[in-house]
Amino acid sequence: MMQVSKLTDLYGREGLSPGHTACQGCGATIAVRQVLLAAEPPYIVVSPTGCLEVVSSQYPYTSWRVPWVHVAFENAAAVASGVEAALRALEKKGLGKRQKVIVIAGDGGTFDIGFQALSGAFERGHNLLYICYDNEAYMNTGIQRSAATPLGATTTTTPTGKLEMKKDITSILVAHGSPYVATASPHLWKDLANKVRKAQSKEGPTFLHIVAPCPRGWYFDSHLTIKVAKLAVETRIFPIYEVEHGRYRINYPVPRPRPIEEYLKLQNRFAHLLKPENAHILEAFKQWVESRWNHLLKMAEAFPL
Amino acid sequence: MYNLKTARLMTGNDAAAYAVKQSDVDFISAYPITPQTIIVERLSEYVASGELHAEFVATESEHSALSACVGASLAGARAFTSTSSQGLALMHEILYVASGLRCPIVMAIVNRALSAPLNIHGDHSDVMGSRDAGWIQIFAENPQEVYHYLIQSFRLAEHPDVLLPVGVNLDGFTVSHSSEPVEVLEDSVVKEYLPRNERPRLDYYSPATFGAFALPTHYFEFKVEQDKTLRKAGEVLDEVAAHYPSPEGRLRKIDKFNEDGRIAVIIMGGTTGTLRYAIKSLRFRDFSLISLKLFSPFPSRELVEAVSDADAVVVMDRSMSPGAPLHPLASNVATSLYEAGVSVNLISVVYGLGGREPTIKMVLEMFEKVREIARGGGKRLSRLFLGYQGDGL
Amino acid sequence: MRQQPSMLIPIVFEAGNSAQRSMANWRSNKPIIERNQCTNCLICWIFCPEPAIFMDESGNVQIDYEHCKGCGICAEECPRKAIKMVMESV
Repeated sequence: MMQVSKLTDLYGREGLSPGHTACQGCGATIAVRQVLLAAEPPYIVVSPTGCLEVVSSQYPYTSWRVPWVHVAFENAAAVASGVEAALRALEKKGLGKRQKVIVIAGDGGTFDIGFQALSGAFERGHNLLYICYDNEAYMNTGIQRSAATPLGATTTTTPTGKLEMKKDITSILVAHGSPYVATASPHLWKDLANKVRKAQSKEGPTFLHIVAPCPRGWYFDSHLTIKVAKLAVETRIFPIYEVEHGRYRINYPVPRPRPIEEYLKLQNRFAHLLKPENAHILEAFKQWVESRWNHLLKMAEAFPL
Repeated sequence: MYNLKTARLMTGNDAAAYAVKQSDVDFISAYPITPQTIIVERLSEYVASGELHAEFVATESEHSALSACVGASLAGARAFTSTSSQGLALMHEILYVASGLRCPIVMAIVNRALSAPLNIHGDHSDVMGSRDAGWIQIFAENPQEVYHYLIQSFRLAEHPDVLLPVGVNLDGFTVSHSSEPVEVLEDSVVKEYLPRNERPRLDYYSPATFGAFALPTHYFEFKVEQDKTLRKAGEVLDEVAAHYPSPEGRLRKIDKFNEDGRIAVIIMGGTTGTLRYAIKSLRFRDFSLISLKLFSPFPSRELVEAVSDADAVVVMDRSMSPGAPLHPLASNVATSLYEAGVSVNLISVVYGLGGREPTIKMVLEMFEKVREIARGGGKRLSRLFLGYQGDGL
Repeated sequence: MRQQPSMLIPIVFEAGNSAQRSMANWRSNKPIIERNQCTNCLICWIFCPEPAIFMDESGNVQIDYEHCKGCGICAEECPRKAIKMVMESV
């Protein structure tokens, strides 16, 4: 596996073409670009329905410079299972060659509607890399809550703020016995790129969870996407870690976290959390961040990589 | 010439699995559901024993089974799945994608009633719920036909002028679980009959985008083009069948028996045999029997030709379209007759829902009743239930 | 090797052809690189969502104004503050 150490290692490997119709400052397309710049060919990309699909595949145009398939919303992992197993069969029969399979899905297609197919594919052990770009709601249909929406965030279906915690998707995939599960942020591009390569080098189903700030749905100005991603990491809200065969490593320790309010105040979806009458929700949010971080520290201590 | 081995005793499900094995599929994904399960059990045995070189993916649902087949098919594989009833209903969304993305998947549909109430027995409600999904739909009467039709389905599906998925229907239990001697072809003969055709596939070295979305500027054309292709597949079927090495196994769109009968009975699937027996053995020589082997694309021309001189036409539906003017098969027949300008005494019969198999006695009673209606003359529409214990026949 | 079938089929064979589309009219602010400040470090490129930033033949980073939507991430993230956002003239 070739390590990525500088940007020129990635330059010229573009998998996504411009002329797509993503919003200004879209975090998802930054994440997807970085994934494709890093990915080792030959590979095939499978996407479920979602923002990425809609902005990149308006017939007769495509922004995909690599082979890409979209079938429906809830079945990207199943489609990928079919592609992967079929290529294995065709290679054995001399009718084709194996190529790597990468799923790139949003949080709705991963945490919610695609969850059964995802779990099935990981249980069966298909050789694929599943990437979730997490913009924490159904942005394509107009910002409705998903299982990835954090506590307190307003969406068009949680107008007074979500009452439930974000689903811990990475722990669920670790529990499937995956050889490699990791998180990443596009502001840490080198870490992201090397995680893509590491995941691709493993046999079996691997998972990469990428934070993808959404200017439109999180209500911040489009030039702040990378700042917001950075703050998510530096407040410990989105920890950057990897789990190899059940062993943990925190790749980006945050010894002195920035105040959570710095992250919240940049985004209007959290505006109400900073009002005195909602102090208890803010407190619950902070406790959730702290308990997850402490849990992660303990896992990294008990099962170090 | 073809080379037949000695006939083997097989159920419809066995015959399906055997045909799929000989068809050298590359990829199978399925989920267990009665009465289809045995097909994929047999296939997984063939894969495990090395008799079939394919990947068998036991998915966590039928929705994923068909989704995986779409992925496999677009990756260039010859893909097969099979299901029944609720399983087909769960696949519903992906049925349209499989035909829209022009995936030559072949599926055995072991027909079974739909819930509620839950019922595991045979009827055609499942496939009729999917009749507008753009698949080619074939109906087999017995295990022998299941065998022959499945092999021809792969060639039809993969024909460069078709590239559409095919469903081969067999009645739950009466066909799927009944054993009959089935004559099979040599492996090499089947292999020769099913050459590998190139088609667009997912490949890093010639990257293409599959499953782009279409705005109102393009969507309409795709759907009309798909319909045209499906209609044309009927012609391709004649060519595909003509090359099939077993002449008696060739798939004809309709199969006629006792053509001179004045009352034409139209039916699909396993109950055909019961009617044929009644006409043949019990001397209902005024009845002709038309067994429809191809439901979609609907062979209107052949059907109208077969019944245009009849005094009365009986259409046997093993499903219902609740609230509709007519049930699915009768509706297609009536439309075909109307388009051809044929006005005839039409009798729509619904039978066999939820596994209530027509007995000979029930069929005889129906024939008597139908004769009475036919004798009355006129060009009207009558509706009957066969075997319904309420206020029907 | 793979032939495009004659019938209308919903596959896009021309990979990446969305680059033929101009996105310029999405933009209300445009990034201008101050050449004497720029070190061609490519940070702007790795954070561009389009991508609408490229290196020209002499290795200088340039903006692709046909595809830039004017989000301003490049200007925000440039370590040397070499990119300024300027309002488009109407």
